[in-house]
Amino acid sequence: MVRYFKLMPKMLFETRIGGRKLRVIHHPILGDETRQFNAKITVDGKEIPAIEGEPIAAALLAAGIKKFRETQKYHKPRGIFCAIGRCTDCVMTVDGVPNVRTCVTPVRDGMIINTQKGLGKWGDQQS
Amino acid sequence: MKRADIAVIGAGPAGLSCAVEAAKAGAKVVVLDENLKPGGQLFKQIHKFFGSREHRAGTRGFRIGQQLLEETEKLGVEVVLDAAVYGIYEDRLIAYITNGKDHTLKAEKIVLATGASENALAFPGCTLPGVMGAGAAQTMINVNRVLPGEKILMVGSGNVGLIVSYQLMQAGADVVALIEAAPKIGGYGVHASKIRRAGVPIHVSTTIKEIIGEEKVEEVVTIELDRNWQQIPGTEKNFEADTVCLAVGLSPLTELAWMAGCEFVYIPPLGGQVPIHDRNMETTLEGVYVAGDITGVEEASSAMEEGRLAGVACAESLGYYDKIKALELKNEIWNRLDALRTGPFGEGRFQAKLKQVNARGQLV
Repeated sequence: MVRYFKLMPKMLFETRIGGRKLRVIHHPILGDETRQFNAKITVDGKEIPAIEGEPIAAALLAAGIKKFRETQKYHKPRGIFCAIGRCTDCVMTVDGVPNVRTCVTPVRDGMIINTQKGLGKWGDQQS
Repeated sequence: MKRADIAVIGAGPAGLSCAVEAAKAGAKVVVLDENLKPGGQLFKQIHKFFGSREHRAGTRGFRIGQQLLEETEKLGVEVVLDAAVYGIYEDRLIAYITNGKDHTLKAEKIVLATGASENALAFPGCTLPGVMGAGAAQTMINVNRVLPGEKILMVGSGNVGLIVSYQLMQAGADVVALIEAAPKIGGYGVHASKIRRAGVPIHVSTTIKEIIGEEKVEEVVTIELDRNWQQIPGTEKNFEADTVCLAVGLSPLTELAWMAGCEFVYIPPLGGQVPIHDRNMETTLEGVYVAGDITGVEEASSAMEEGRLAGVACAESLGYYDKIKALELKNEIWNRLDALRTGPFGEGRFQAKLKQVNARGQLV
């Protein structure tokens, strides 16, 4: 019985993308989404489902997260602007490394991601 | 240190077309790109390209991207990804980082095909999360299959603003309005009609007064503009939206050309400061060529033609083509480029490009 309950979280791992309102499931030109959730990432302590290889920023937007960092001086919120790795507005602290461009960094299962405060700190895995 | 006949920086439409053309001639080409995937911005362009048949009109952008990648592979062009070029030194020595390690590449010819990036627009609230480039939203929906929001307001009625509005609707978003500061729609009528038929209101002579929201976009206040581009008090309109997309032009990514020491000329219709180049796409530095949006912002079709041109020109100057063969190939490309720069939308670019080429003769 104990063993059974230990397995539960794994069994309940949700792989179905369908029904997530910000994921594009059907598309008239690109066709249907065929990928499944196969990774979990932790964002500010909260786990969200993701797809290996997709940009971190895409997984966050799909989970409804828009604020990625706070500015150094006035603590203003910032999010995605260019999505092609040029503007650096979307940088976050990923696995303890600050200033990671989330729009061009692919998701790996188990990543720990934190909203970056100012210039960020190395090794800062907690927010 | 790596060596190549031709080093191409940027694996987008211009860079890959250049590599393909030069490799066809027999040159050893290495393409460097800082992204993890080649193709540049072609894979987010799911619409059919315009122009005539020889410009692949009617073919969707991402299919053109796939074809380019296939050709690149077939010809054995080496494409180094995750390679961020950070310096170009004397005698065409390129320094880049890949996998966190430094590398150098020495080439006889360098082609800069670095592309462009989207412009921002300043207004109260413009830095709030939810305000993004239209191209950024396009990347999210068409490449990553994620909607940046549910209710979107588009700023700018050029072709990017019109096409991305339509694509946002195809992806399932609600486009609440499209606004344009100029008194008339900037892009093609066919695209404007398409989104209007879908029920999106287009407001011309209108800009954003401010965006309301604490941590993200919640509401957008627009205001009408008079003939002198001044806001008319009392004409404010409020739109409930969670995302604002800015389609207000692009700027060439010219850092490497500046660093290498190319001479520039200021031509606003092309996006500002652009490197001067000749009819062969060679800059004022011998052996350094440019192609695509770095030479002035146009679209993927002309970027590919410019890439081919640079590829043929490089191959010619390395002796892979004789003068007659090269001229024949270049003539075909010049004709196709001229065809892309005609009509009410292209004429301005034609004149601007002429000015850019002629600027070389005016240097002291």
